[in-house]
Amino acid sequence: MSNKLIGEMGLHTKISNIFAARNIITAKDALSMTEFELMELLDVGMKEIRLAITLISEATSPPCQSARSLLERKVENEHLSGHLPTHLKGLDETLCGGIPFGVLTELVGPPGIGKSQFCMKLALSASFPVAYGGLDGRVIYIDVESKFSSRRVIEMGLKSFPEVFHLKGMAQEMAGRILVLRPTSLANFTESIQELKDSILQNQVKLLVIDSMTALLSGENKPGAQRQPQLGWHISFLKSLAEFSRIPIVVTNQVRSQNRDETSQYSFQAKLKDGLQEHTKTYDSHLVAALGINWAHAVTIRLVLEAKSGQRIIKVSKSPMSPPLAFPFHITSAGISLLSDNGTELKGPGINTIHARGHSDMINFHGDCS
Amino acid sequence: MEAWRLPLSSSIRGKLISAGYTSLPSISSVSSSDLARDVNITEEEAFEILRLANQSSGSSSCNGSRSLINGAKNAWDMLHEEESLPRITTSCSDLDSILGGGISCRDVTEIGGVPGIGKTQIGIQLSVNVQIPRECGGLGGKAIYIDTEGSFMVERALQIAEACVEDMEEYTGYMHKHFQANQVQMKPKDILENIFYFRVCSYTEQIALVNYLDKFISENKDVKVVIVDSITFHFRQDFDDLVQRTRVLSEMALKFMKLAKKFSLAVVLLNQVTTKYTEGSFQLALALGDSWSHSCTNRVILYWNGDERYAYIDKSPSLPSASASYTVTSRGLRNSSSSSKRVKMM
Repeated sequence: MSNKLIGEMGLHTKISNIFAARNIITAKDALSMTEFELMELLDVGMKEIRLAITLISEATSPPCQSARSLLERKVENEHLSGHLPTHLKGLDETLCGGIPFGVLTELVGPPGIGKSQFCMKLALSASFPVAYGGLDGRVIYIDVESKFSSRRVIEMGLKSFPEVFHLKGMAQEMAGRILVLRPTSLANFTESIQELKDSILQNQVKLLVIDSMTALLSGENKPGAQRQPQLGWHISFLKSLAEFSRIPIVVTNQVRSQNRDETSQYSFQAKLKDGLQEHTKTYDSHLVAALGINWAHAVTIRLVLEAKSGQRIIKVSKSPMSPPLAFPFHITSAGISLLSDNGTELKGPGINTIHARGHSDMINFHGDCS
Repeated sequence: MEAWRLPLSSSIRGKLISAGYTSLPSISSVSSSDLARDVNITEEEAFEILRLANQSSGSSSCNGSRSLINGAKNAWDMLHEEESLPRITTSCSDLDSILGGGISCRDVTEIGGVPGIGKTQIGIQLSVNVQIPRECGGLGGKAIYIDTEGSFMVERALQIAEACVEDMEEYTGYMHKHFQANQVQMKPKDILENIFYFRVCSYTEQIALVNYLDKFISENKDVKVVIVDSITFHFRQDFDDLVQRTRVLSEMALKFMKLAKKFSLAVVLLNQVTTKYTEGSFQLALALGDSWSHSCTNRVILYWNGDERYAYIDKSPSLPSASASYTVTSRGLRNSSSSSKRVKMM
């Protein structure tokens, strides 16, 4: 929309030529300047500029829909009103059906907690026929750290959906729908997803999994400040990809330790001095999600996987349509399964912190990733 | 005032100044035909210049009656207006009380906070609450929801709409038992029908839409709230020239203010958060920089305090700084249950 040509908007020829003469060809060029600047540049009166801008703006504006028609469209056109079931009953109920289409869902947690297992299970269920709760489509799995194991996926399939998997040729067909990509660098990844954009609909791709986003960006060895614009571009691109193809995009993220002097306070909070200023227990490994606050704003749903006293927990840390619930889970040969479908509701600090206590594997801190 | 400050195209301005008309009194004292001849421009252009000159010097050519300056109102009249301003409730009475009754119409309010604190929730709640009919104490208006990030989840809007309808039924049942027969009850789907949703995918579209809103709202006069979720997203990533960004943002803020005043509606801009290094440590601050923070009339910051979500009035011309707690429930925004630390004044 922003690249719409001014020449085709039905402006008066005279003013259209003036715009073109000053190299203002697209709507973006015209609207990136203030009205006063345009007046100076084009040597035209304010009234005419205003008129031209009104016409350009009307032509470039996005269309209006009522929220009701949005809902009806989702219910009619999309599978389960736009949700991919995770087959974890408690989680699916909380998320109103499953992983939503059209937005970014993030899985974040310490290493070894089960993020890749979750992703593999999701990829498998998306490839299933609709009758078994799947999307009957292809899955693109971007495996940066070589964590995808086809053997494991087949094992999960056999154990969790034996009726389907034991049918002749089914395993091959299902596994055949999962396309695994191993990008060697960020540039490689960027190229691949750009190619993907055009072919998603034609090739029946119904799910995109990126495991993991952090590894892609940290592999670049660029200092923090330079990484932001790259991440910014990827955020915009992935969000618009999800939205226009109406597919779910699941991204995994790692954790890093929180620096001492990292604050999470506003300047007025020191003056207020209200409420409880609990100092978090210093013995707990103080972990936060990597990739920074900009990324945290961009994801729509954030699922945190953590370990507390040896028990693995999956919690809905950020979701516009669910309360912050936590469910205990464990990993079996059939993949991830919840130990209880009734989640416990979390309060304040519990929602955003990530615990790794009692986690028996070694925890490596990935240094400063933000 | 100088002649070069007039909003004219540069060639005409150049001619004016080279002909010797450098100050406004010198322009206003000539007739348009003399000006046209002197400066070598057409009569219409001269007339336009005279009109602009008279406008900016503030001399009202016709009735020198009530106002000394065209367009000014005295403070006493404004007081009556301010007191009778309708406000949109947030469904959380503590939050409403620190806001002076709710989000005020005719004003631009910026609401910012960390991810997950409830900005989109407030946005959706307001777009439902603006529709509460006048009989129940609301505005009976419609809402425009401008979504720049895709955070608007329509399932959530339906949940909040259903809860609102239930609350209204309870209220009307309690207060106006005998009027129930005449009243047409709103259904949740009707509420969704009255939310005009725009999905914006770039800053160009955002600016275009703000320009287009004038026409759109003229055609849909019952729109009483415009919510932008979030104002930041596209300006954070795609704009390379920060100075230009500041200029474009200020122009956009002025346009929003104009819309708010012209149509008597509330404009709510949701903003993200960034970290800033000040006074020797990293602190949280709302995004888009210091210049933007001057642009909005009112600013509310949402933050975590211990276990609870709090809202803080950071900037307001008439309200004292205060904070209040709120919760996000399945029915929308509500008061938090712990009554001990609810409203705190500075």
